[in-house]
Amino acid sequence: MTTVLARQATGRVLSPTRASLLVVGGLWTWYRRNWRASVTSGFLQPVLYLVALGFGFGSQVTASPATLGLPYVQYLAPALLAASLMQVAAFESTYPILAAFRWQRTYLAIASTPITPSQVLAGQLGWIAIRLSFTAVAFTLVAAVLGAVTGPGIILAVLISVLTGMAVSAPIVAYAATLENEGQGFNVIFRFIILPMTLFAGTFFPVDQLPGWAHPLVWITPLWHGTELSRDAAFGTLELWPTLGHLTYLAAVVGVGVYLGRRVFNRRLAV
Amino acid sequence: MGGNGALVRADGLTKRFGEFEAVRGIDLDVRPGEAFGFLGPNGAGKSSTMRMISCVSPRSGGELTVLGMDPDRQGPRIRARLGVVPQLDNLDNDLSVRQNLHIYGRYFGLGKAHLRDKAAELLDFAQLTERADDPVEPLSGGMKRRLTIARSLINDPELLLLDEPTTGLDPQARHLLWDKLFRLKQDGVTLIVTTHYMDEAEQLCDRLVVMDNGRIAAEGSPGELIAKYSTREVLELRFAPGTQQDIEPLVADLADRVEVLPDRLLLYTADGEAALAAAHSRGVQPLSSLVRRSTLEDVFLRLTGRTLVD
Repeated sequence: MTTVLARQATGRVLSPTRASLLVVGGLWTWYRRNWRASVTSGFLQPVLYLVALGFGFGSQVTASPATLGLPYVQYLAPALLAASLMQVAAFESTYPILAAFRWQRTYLAIASTPITPSQVLAGQLGWIAIRLSFTAVAFTLVAAVLGAVTGPGIILAVLISVLTGMAVSAPIVAYAATLENEGQGFNVIFRFIILPMTLFAGTFFPVDQLPGWAHPLVWITPLWHGTELSRDAAFGTLELWPTLGHLTYLAAVVGVGVYLGRRVFNRRLAV
Repeated sequence: MGGNGALVRADGLTKRFGEFEAVRGIDLDVRPGEAFGFLGPNGAGKSSTMRMISCVSPRSGGELTVLGMDPDRQGPRIRARLGVVPQLDNLDNDLSVRQNLHIYGRYFGLGKAHLRDKAAELLDFAQLTERADDPVEPLSGGMKRRLTIARSLINDPELLLLDEPTTGLDPQARHLLWDKLFRLKQDGVTLIVTTHYMDEAEQLCDRLVVMDNGRIAAEGSPGELIAKYSTREVLELRFAPGTQQDIEPLVADLADRVEVLPDRLLLYTADGEAALAAAHSRGVQPLSSLVRRSTLEDVFLRLTGRTLVD
């Protein structure tokens, strides 16, 4: 055999946290180059909703106990924050995931580095949380300038809304990771889960306006829990036990989503 | 390293997908500094084997050590020292050429300053320096392939795994890539290549295995395989299609083996010219004749058959 030069590879294994942060870093680099495409859905759409429904439609609504005594736009703003983040979360958890598995196969590239499938998932979810935070802050600033914000409680509402978004994101990411192609899966999610939640989970009008049989359906939606919390936080009306209940529910949904996501990612990236 | 210094050692390695057994108990030893090839038709189990060695696919049975470690338990540590060129490019098309290298390098724990220099070096190696800041999407197939190979070298791997590196490329791009791979080999990188191109295997590989139907059908250097499974020379006698079967009995004893193709006879023999002279003296009048050296293709077709594999 010919002389073999001693060769020492330079790669090394990173801690799980650092590995996940590098995945976030990769997605952030992508976003910096391609953010323009997501401005409409991520920022403009929530603001247009606030203007059209909060101010436009809201001008026809008188402040009453149903609006907690507030002008409609102020009643709407913290709930619309949560609902908007849910929509952005749903979008960010569908096509980009399928693209990374199937169309561009970027996850497969990462899987051949020291990064593990679970770390890929953690990085992806971490990135979505950051992405939601951008939207939340931008939306809140615009709402504040327009006079739709009642006080500093909105800061807490931002955090709660991000959690709400993640409660939608984590299970959808897990589902998207099972798909081989687009099919009807995403349409079903948007039409039969996201849209009804947006309309009926308490964003635009109180849930007690719905018939009694519909209430349990509303209670299982993450958005209803997020909306209740977000309004209470914004208006300074949080109470211990309901708050704990809502937070526990949202955290549990995130937990189930992460658990399922880890299983699917590991199965898909190590076959 | 594992026993006797092998970088990759497999013993009864098996991969099953449900009922289907893609790899059926293969034994391997890949030594440091060599270029090792997996040759075989589509579906022979080459890619499944490569994915197990890349530590992205757990084995279903048997033993496997890569760089002296067990992929099941030390996958990330092994992957930190491997370079992988997958069969299908998985570059990020929306990012620039340089960003693709940089982000990938970060996953190996490499620092930004180190990566700046390394990326410049690899861009030069892959002849992509002028396209460094262009997006990947519009690059030609050959350029993308070169970028994928450059990317796989970001961590100075000790073992480079290439799954059909030149499939779909034009001849110029293939020769350029082979050139790059020779240079890597001279730098001491151990190469494992899968291919179904015989010329590629003959050009690149010191040693190879022919896989068929999940098993290893033969193993050796290209020269050894030719010596063992073929003859030194092949005499090709071309006839009008349909007339060649009638000639076959006339020349059968002139060669070790005669193969009947639709428009010609292949005579496997140590001395092609002598066989041709003998055929002429028996009155055989082919439309044309050709004496050539045996190639891996002859070995391959003998071992895996001429039937189309889907």
